[in-house]
Amino acid sequence: MKTEPNKNLRQFQQVMEIIERNEHDRSRLIPILQQIQDAYRYLPPQVLTYIATALDMPVAEVYGVATFYAHFSLEAKGKYIIKVCDGTACHVKGSSRLLDTLYKKLELNRNKLTTDDMMFTVEAVSCLGACGLAPVMVVNEKVYGEVNEKRCDEILKQIKEEETMATTLQEA
Amino acid sequence: MNDMEIMTTINLNQVKETYDKAAARIHKRIIVCAGTGCIANGALLVHKALEDAIQSAGLGLFIELELNQHDDHEPDKKSYQMTGSGCQGFCAQGPLVNILPDEIMYVKVKPDDAAEIIEKTIQNDQTIERLLYVNPVNSQRNKGQKDIPFYARQNRLVLGECGHVDPENIREYISHGGYFAAEQAFTRMTDIEVCDVIQESGLRGRGGGGFPTARKWHLTRLEQSDKKYVICNADEGDPGAFMDRSLMEGNPHRIIEGMMIAARGIGADEAYVYVRLEYPLAVKRMRKAIADATEAGILGEHIFGTEHHMFIHIMEGAGAFVCGEETALIASIEGKRGMPVPKPPFPAQKGLFGKPTVINNVETLAAVPLIIRNGATWFNQYGTAGSKGTKTFAITGHVANTGLIEVPFGTTLREIVYNIGGGVIDDQGNVTGEGFKAVQIGGPSGGCLTEEDLDLPLDYDNLLAKGAMVGSGGLVVMNKQSCMVQIARFFMSFTQSESCGKCVPCREGTKQMLSLLDDIIDGTANQETFDMLEEIGLVVKKASLCGLGKTAPSPVLSTIVKFKDEYLQHIHDKRCATNNCLALRSITIDPEKCIGCMACARKCPVHAISGERKQVHVIDPEICTKCGICFEVCKFDAVLGFN
Repeated sequence: MKTEPNKNLRQFQQVMEIIERNEHDRSRLIPILQQIQDAYRYLPPQVLTYIATALDMPVAEVYGVATFYAHFSLEAKGKYIIKVCDGTACHVKGSSRLLDTLYKKLELNRNKLTTDDMMFTVEAVSCLGACGLAPVMVVNEKVYGEVNEKRCDEILKQIKEEETMATTLQEA
Repeated sequence: MNDMEIMTTINLNQVKETYDKAAARIHKRIIVCAGTGCIANGALLVHKALEDAIQSAGLGLFIELELNQHDDHEPDKKSYQMTGSGCQGFCAQGPLVNILPDEIMYVKVKPDDAAEIIEKTIQNDQTIERLLYVNPVNSQRNKGQKDIPFYARQNRLVLGECGHVDPENIREYISHGGYFAAEQAFTRMTDIEVCDVIQESGLRGRGGGGFPTARKWHLTRLEQSDKKYVICNADEGDPGAFMDRSLMEGNPHRIIEGMMIAARGIGADEAYVYVRLEYPLAVKRMRKAIADATEAGILGEHIFGTEHHMFIHIMEGAGAFVCGEETALIASIEGKRGMPVPKPPFPAQKGLFGKPTVINNVETLAAVPLIIRNGATWFNQYGTAGSKGTKTFAITGHVANTGLIEVPFGTTLREIVYNIGGGVIDDQGNVTGEGFKAVQIGGPSGGCLTEEDLDLPLDYDNLLAKGAMVGSGGLVVMNKQSCMVQIARFFMSFTQSESCGKCVPCREGTKQMLSLLDDIIDGTANQETFDMLEEIGLVVKKASLCGLGKTAPSPVLSTIVKFKDEYLQHIHDKRCATNNCLALRSITIDPEKCIGCMACARKCPVHAISGERKQVHVIDPEICTKCGICFEVCKFDAVLGFN
């Protein structure tokens, strides 16, 4: 991914603040990565190198941690991250069908999880602990229960409408 | 908070008294469940609508109790309190609205119902029939938790205050007797006494293994060290288990109090709560609870005026199931990959940052204040000889009432499934008298129980003897339409992808087991596949490093024992009796129902269907790809083989 130099600089500025806030503490590597991912929606490779230098530890170790945990992504994610729960209760109640529906509607598949316009990322995740409402889907932090195909349609439509509205407002 | 700030030592009695006095002035109280489940169903909108309705009816409403209000202030004016609560466990019926002191519980409440609730129930003491829970067994309406079998047959001790106290209000927790046990432990008990009471209570770890809690505490207490830690393991990764989430969302102060008592018992002054990041609401409530307790002087330096200190940090996980294993969890807090290390040394000797550490599960810690408060004998009156107290179970799957329950150890499966759970449902959601096939208990580490085990008293030892385990308490009910090979495969694929990759038996063994299961499901297996599956399973169980690997084969091994015929049918007859395995399905057309409309033949993408107009059609199994299009287009339900 190409980035303009000045944008790059700003990127590191924010990383630096996050590391400062965590007092350059190596044992706080995971919270540091979490905060950086919150800020950028993913962990850009050059940032990982920067963290390693700032914390005075091998880059391999930072990569090791970043690739170990399912939450961390080294690829850019969409603005809306749709998590489909695949815990036992949701699985029994048809979460794989829901996942297929999402793939179909957003033209994604198991190997391509983010839409080209960087709007949506679809992930199957382990149990979200809302088993009474299976199957469950979470968009960013909002939980939707008993999601069937129709409900799924409505949710996507609503997000898209809000997005169009926001762009129109911005342009105006 | 002004009454608290000026005091260096909090006077719990005074806080309780003031709060109770204020609460006594309340005419009615409305509690809206604000757990993850109910919020997803719109509980916050219901809360807002009720608030607006009270205001527009001109009633005095307190969201926060006015503690300094004088008794003579408009004595005739009735006042009402409205609060949120944590998860009440009956998630499928949400949003739930409880009204006290009437003890009315309304289910599936919509914002539009708010005005009616205020007018009828709050102002005129009437019950709105249509909002009451309908018992699916006899279609009768139940008024409140006392009448609803789902609640009435439980013993909610650990979950007791969940759903009653406002989780975001520390004073309400104190008014329910909260933090008195911590105060007692720090000011009137020695560390040995604290550990001894827990030992006498017989409390065992609720996170899975069932290790005696007091033994861990005593071991850590005896270690000489300048620093010790307490860790609350809230990395609840088992699919289908959500009791830790509910406890953190519903009663976070109880967990803090439990951690304080543990710290007192072992001599620690610092603690971590390791929470899954999939639980944002639980994290938020725990953070607020810690901040409030610190502000009140309950946490921090010189707590309760003693020389002891106590600090609690929150650490969010990053999505790794293996971090529920204690040594992996410690590695994760230290900022490393969450991989387990061999024991010994045990965390009690060398734990977090090399210091003696006690790790307890959320539910275990939540039971601790109750034991100190009410005594060991009160606690161990519940349960069986080897398993004392109560256990929470998350019941899900094919059962009428899904949700979170708490029962004493020794309760039978029959009681849980048929009386509390309301019975087994079929795929259409109807309660049927029969139809029970199995219960999967203990998640990916557990096993299956069948009809013959329905009257088995559930406790740690009985379940282990049956090849299952209590685990964290996930309990998935399955009806006759469930394929056990598919269930085994589901758990295997979970543990396979969650294996951390450190030791070979788990990393390679789970992969092989998964692909053998795939062969069985795809119809390419033979007897050798079956034998090898069992053999590898036993090796993984014996040779793996940590609990994840050691228990990963359990779902497979237990179904192999209980449902051997079903496996063999898949392997030898290439048939899945429940029709769940796509490759083994035989798709046929019912000659009784087919009218020869030709719709299916026209739509079949591989031209596998033949037949003349107004004649019965036939599917050629050699060509058929089982895509299901014929099933979708048939208006006469004549295509058989799809569920």
